Amino acid sequence: MNEALLRALIPAVTGVLVRRGADFATAEDAVQEALIQALARWPDDPPTDPKGWLITVAWRKFLDESRSENSRQAREVRVDAEPPPGPAAETDDTLRLYFLCAHPSLSPTSAVALTLRAVGGLTTRQIAEAYLVPESTLAQRISRAKRTVAGVRFGESGDLATVLRVLYLVFNEGYGGEIDLAEEAIRLTRQITSITDNEEASGLLALMLLHHARRAARTTAGGALVPLAEQDRSQWDVPLIAEGVAILQAALARDRLGEYQAQAAIAALHADAPTAGETDWVQIVEWYDELLRLTDSPVVRLNRAVAVGEADGPAAGLAALEPVDPTVPRYAAVRAYLHEKAGDVALAAGLYADAARAATNVAERDHLLRQAARLNDALRP
Amino acid sequence: MAKYLILKHYRGGPAPVVDYPPMDQWAPEMVDAHVRFMVDFAARLETTGEFVEHQALLPEGTFVRHGGEGKPPVTDGPFAETKDLIAGWLMIDVDSYERAVEIAGEYSAAPGPDGEPICEWLELRPLYSAAPTVQE
Repeated sequence: MNEALLRALIPAVTGVLVRRGADFATAEDAVQEALIQALARWPDDPPTDPKGWLITVAWRKFLDESRSENSRQAREVRVDAEPPPGPAAETDDTLRLYFLCAHPSLSPTSAVALTLRAVGGLTTRQIAEAYLVPESTLAQRISRAKRTVAGVRFGESGDLATVLRVLYLVFNEGYGGEIDLAEEAIRLTRQITSITDNEEASGLLALMLLHHARRAARTTAGGALVPLAEQDRSQWDVPLIAEGVAILQAALARDRLGEYQAQAAIAALHADAPTAGETDWVQIVEWYDELLRLTDSPVVRLNRAVAVGEADGPAAGLAALEPVDPTVPRYAAVRAYLHEKAGDVALAAGLYADAARAATNVAERDHLLRQAARLNDALRP
Repeated sequence: MAKYLILKHYRGGPAPVVDYPPMDQWAPEMVDAHVRFMVDFAARLETTGEFVEHQALLPEGTFVRHGGEGKPPVTDGPFAETKDLIAGWLMIDVDSYERAVEIAGEYSAAPGPDGEPICEWLELRPLYSAAPTVQE
């Protein structure tokens, strides 16, 4: 059994413990310890029933912990009164655990950390490494998050939108270290789609798959960013695109459009184009219009201006940029791009240099600096 | 072992010895070469076991101070004309001051617009260390 399959069992196992009367914080610690033991022992001595093994070991760890807390009697009484968990309850438990870890009372940062540990089964060290913070800081973040949700009843129905938002953040942000956060986000989103039957969950999964499919083409060997138009499309992962498109189509067919489905639709249109020149920008603009209706976000407005620039020419793009708030990240970069397309190379070069100064990550800064350098180079007599 | 911070400045420090334009005025392949040097440099220090961390800072920041009981914090800036502006740092953990100076010197040799070292001034600052256990 590989580690991902093992970790897929985590929420159900934690759910069983909580259902048997364990409090969430202690149950989560117990499952984490059982997981570490499993990773050490299973390679030489694999169990016939992995989940049963995890439940037994985690439960024992939980009892040890409870005894040391001197509350054994009260807990054991409660355990006797609990009905045995059935398969339907396990599915519900998994979803409840997601709701708890992405509870609206948690900040996004805390929700991300708690989800990766309690649902994803990652260790505190792995999560700390992925977000470049000291392990002790991350451990504190998780225990504070657990305290915040301590009063939340486990059965309480939650908000799927906050769960999806957390998974989106895991996919989109963070450094990684030994853990591939994008893969982890995809794994968890798959699990959510399999237990919720929700269009937006499917939309998010499709969005992730379609972007993940471009991964190999997105950077050079030296780590420099390659813009979409210049990516070597033969490096795109075709099966992943096919899967993303199929999931998206099934979601769209249910006619309950949401923001992730619309974003995935845009990614699918890019995936559809054999070359950048063959991109169906008119349809992409229409999807941005849908997105604007759904979100009215300044970032969407900004990206829409790029699409309009491609569909109707740079002058139209610049007009679409007019109402956008200039403090939106990447505003200067988009303006530079549209002015370059409009033929105003000197203005574009200056704007790219401005954009580089405003960039919030080094890869993007270097990319924009390179764009400015390229145009200044072309301007030299 | 002793830790040192090698500070890169956007502005400030002694007068530059090599005069070169801002990076957006360089040929694109020279920009690439400069970026590659920086990445390779950190990677090389990792292999020697001397790398601690490397961070870059955005050019604009804000000054903040306590605004008084029950009042919001007071902010000032950003200042476009600040004389001294830190661009980022490389932290190393080395055996001696001499080694730290050696590394900083090599780090300052990043290639410029003509491929020659830019010889930028880097500020080398020792970190306070942990108090020793053996005291006499």
